[in-house]
Amino acid sequence: MNSFIKRRQFIAGSTVAMLLLTAPERAMAFSVENAKKLIGRVVADINSIINSGKTEAAMLRDFEQIFVNYADVKWVSQLVLGADGRSASAAQKAAFAKAFQGYISRKYGKRFREFIGGSVSVKKAKAIKSFYEVTTIAVLKGEAPFEVVFVVADKNGRFIDMKIEGISLVKAERTEIGAMLDKRRGDLDQMIADVKKAG
Amino acid sequence: MFRSDNFFGIVIVFALLAACAGPDVASGIYDPLETRNREIHEGNRKLDKHLVGPAADIYGTGIPEPVRVGVNHFASNLGEPGTVVNDILQFKLGSALHNTARFILNSTVGVGGIFDPATNMGLESRPSDFGETLHVWGLKEGAYRELPLLGPSTTRDTVGMAVDFFLDPVGLIIQTPERYVTTLASGASRIGDRYRFDDTVDSILYDSADSYAQARLLYLENRRFQLGQGHNEIDDELYDIYEEFDE
Repeated sequence: MNSFIKRRQFIAGSTVAMLLLTAPERAMAFSVENAKKLIGRVVADINSIINSGKTEAAMLRDFEQIFVNYADVKWVSQLVLGADGRSASAAQKAAFAKAFQGYISRKYGKRFREFIGGSVSVKKAKAIKSFYEVTTIAVLKGEAPFEVVFVVADKNGRFIDMKIEGISLVKAERTEIGAMLDKRRGDLDQMIADVKKAG
Repeated sequence: MFRSDNFFGIVIVFALLAACAGPDVASGIYDPLETRNREIHEGNRKLDKHLVGPAADIYGTGIPEPVRVGVNHFASNLGEPGTVVNDILQFKLGSALHNTARFILNSTVGVGGIFDPATNMGLESRPSDFGETLHVWGLKEGAYRELPLLGPSTTRDTVGMAVDFFLDPVGLIIQTPERYVTTLASGASRIGDRYRFDDTVDSILYDSADSYAQARLLYLENRRFQLGQGHNEIDDELYDIYEEFDE
């Protein structure tokens, strides 16, 4: 069996939830160094939370706080909506962004306990077209170290995806949201209503 | 040394290799067999729900963790010689030495492979398989396939798995009844993995809106990452949408 089902990918997926929505201060001319610094701050926040010794519920709140403070929900939710998002009205887009924020924090937040006692560190960063890929290594208890790549947009210096051993959170969630939409015969409003309850 | 089933193995390999042809789909999903794949997926899901999942619960709760870890080490140590063969076939001589050293260390100091002292000594696990060898040789991924019992794969990886099975040095050397032990160990190891990654498997198989599509995506993305096909154009297109957004 291949390792695609490995827990660690999901573990890292949990971080994604909060992290990819992290949006730091704006910077017009972003650079590899800035991208690296940005993810360095994100990773430092994660590390302090997962080693804080707080209860799971408290850690969840802390993670949600990162999420709330730096959230770039609008952009990421648009990426997740993909082609379907283009037909959505402004109101629907906003409603989805809100629903998605709650959904993703519930879905991945549940798994943060698997991070306890671990650490994440930034390894390298490189520019690709109008993006930066910042590679980090996560070392969790009882697991072989694994790679988590953050995708940072040059446009505004926010990060817009996270790939755990090659698995893109945006793509995974786009598949999920797309499937939900199909099941509801393309009814955006119904999908949004259900996303609010899912996760 | 050369058993008759090797012959059939080789026939299968060539038949499947011919099927590896097809568009270059390094960056997308090529799934012409989707209808059949989905039927198999449903079968796998039922099997997991009624048999594999419950068996994993019994195994995971009944057997202490250190024992389960030992079983996993033992099973993966037995795969090490096969990995070395693939390293050589891929001209990765450094990895071949690395994995040979792992096998020797873990088989001796690691008490027949039950422990993994090699990793602690800086010789981390560096797995490979014939699917990767085919990739290195330039074969395309082929179509996505979901296999009964074995789960997500591609044409290339299915061929690889068959070759690994028939050409496994340990399998060729070890005869029955010792063979049952190795088969049992690898079976137990997989059941153990099902238990270990229970939350993940459940979330894919039972909590997602389309478990087939989700499993397919995760498999393909992770496999391409393993094979170093990492960066792909689809990702760029994905993020290009970002450029179109208004403030």
